[in-house]
Amino acid sequence: MTWAFLRDLLSGVNTYSTGIGRIWVAVVFMFRLLVYVAAAENIWKHEHDEFECNIKQPGCENVCFDHFFPVSHIRLWALQLIMVSTPSLLVVFHVAYRENREKHHNRKLYKNPGKIDGGLLCTYLISLILKTGLEIVFLVLFYKLYNGFKIPHLVKCDIKPCPNTVDCYISKPTEKMIFLYFLVATSCLCIILNLSELTYLVFKYSIKCYLKRHVKKQQ
Amino acid sequence: MDWGALHTILGGVNKHSTSIGKIWLTVLFIFRIMILVVAAERVWGDEQDDFVCNTLQPGCRNVCYDHFFPISHIRLWALQLIFVSTPALLVAMHVAYRRHEKKRQFRKGDQKCEFKDIEEIRKQRFHIEGSLWWTYTSSIFFRLIFEAVFMYAFYFMYDGFRMPRLMKCNAWPCPNTVDCFVSRPTEKTVFTIFMIAVSSICILLNVAELCYLLTKFFLGRSKKAGNSKQQPNHENKEETKQNEMNELISDSCQNTVIGFSS
Repeated sequence: MTWAFLRDLLSGVNTYSTGIGRIWVAVVFMFRLLVYVAAAENIWKHEHDEFECNIKQPGCENVCFDHFFPVSHIRLWALQLIMVSTPSLLVVFHVAYRENREKHHNRKLYKNPGKIDGGLLCTYLISLILKTGLEIVFLVLFYKLYNGFKIPHLVKCDIKPCPNTVDCYISKPTEKMIFLYFLVATSCLCIILNLSELTYLVFKYSIKCYLKRHVKKQQ
Repeated sequence: MDWGALHTILGGVNKHSTSIGKIWLTVLFIFRIMILVVAAERVWGDEQDDFVCNTLQPGCRNVCYDHFFPISHIRLWALQLIFVSTPALLVAMHVAYRRHEKKRQFRKGDQKCEFKDIEEIRKQRFHIEGSLWWTYTSSIFFRLIFEAVFMYAFYFMYDGFRMPRLMKCNAWPCPNTVDCFVSRPTEKTVFTIFMIAVSSICILLNVAELCYLLTKFFLGRSKKAGNSKQQPNHENKEETKQNEMNELISDSCQNTVIGFSS
């Protein structure tokens, strides 16, 4: 089980998406997944080994690292990618459910099971709202856990067994900060894409509904 | 998910590219991505572990490393490759949109649609004309901009393309000016120069492709203008003949690159 699994899942989602949805999938693949695997993972690879405190007291480094990094940035990033991609599966399941129903009744119930209308529209809108919500939740989590999106090069630690306030140095803080900003920028871009898609779908189907009613009244 | 996935995505675009575009793609995959993955990553693999400073002061090494390498060469190249490959997706999306429109026409039973079945639409190769020409040209333009920006960023951040053996550092908490030694500086310099050279070749290929597309566009327009000035009685016949000739010329150009098609 690797990221290739997520990639295959999302490729399946692509077939039932709108144009903006496909742009969202492309952004997630190229600017988030690929950057994570090809570049970001390696920066945080040896973060614990390279975390150095100005003290020889055994255990002090471990305790300080644990205090300042309860969950590593890179793990939060991976969780965010997984959580944000998952709501799209709701759409895939709904389409599969429609196709199953058609098989079960042995006749064509829908003009096109993959077309976004009726119940599938609701599922699609729910998946968009969930995606946006989860993006915002993770951004807020990053902000709260690490006091903003900055990574200092020095942190002062005085937790037992450190005998006094000790200077601890984080490795590659500038590089980590650059990639953190990149993560935030791509998250914001994905939020904007999701909101545009939501607005577009709501607008499109409201107009369709209104025109149908208008035509019925005239008849 | 790795560079192989990028290869799959871009391979689809290859079919609709010009011959120079296909050469560019080959250079990108063989001389940049493959070299990055197979060789360069190993050279930079132990960069912080083997970055040694002449001091026992804890934290001095971390701070000096961070000062001299705000973002590692290898990460900068990975980002450059990702950004440079992304504009090709614009072309892929445009082609997918056109295919979708043709499929819709076919399903509606439009008699203008010249395809016999959906499979033909899927396999069809689009010529670079009309709105696809604009998308393709913009994608090359963006590629050029990204390449240039990253090369400049590289030059600016590392004061040239040479990796020095020794760096002098006096950032706090280093107690005084301390000598720090970079691991494998010569090997890193060699790879840096190689990657810069290949980037420059890619820039040249993109410029050549842009010139080719612009020349084709203006030649096509002047031929059309020339045709419209001719005798109006034979206008339709002349136009159709010219169109057929243009088609033959563009077909023969594109057929010669069958060897590159995936």
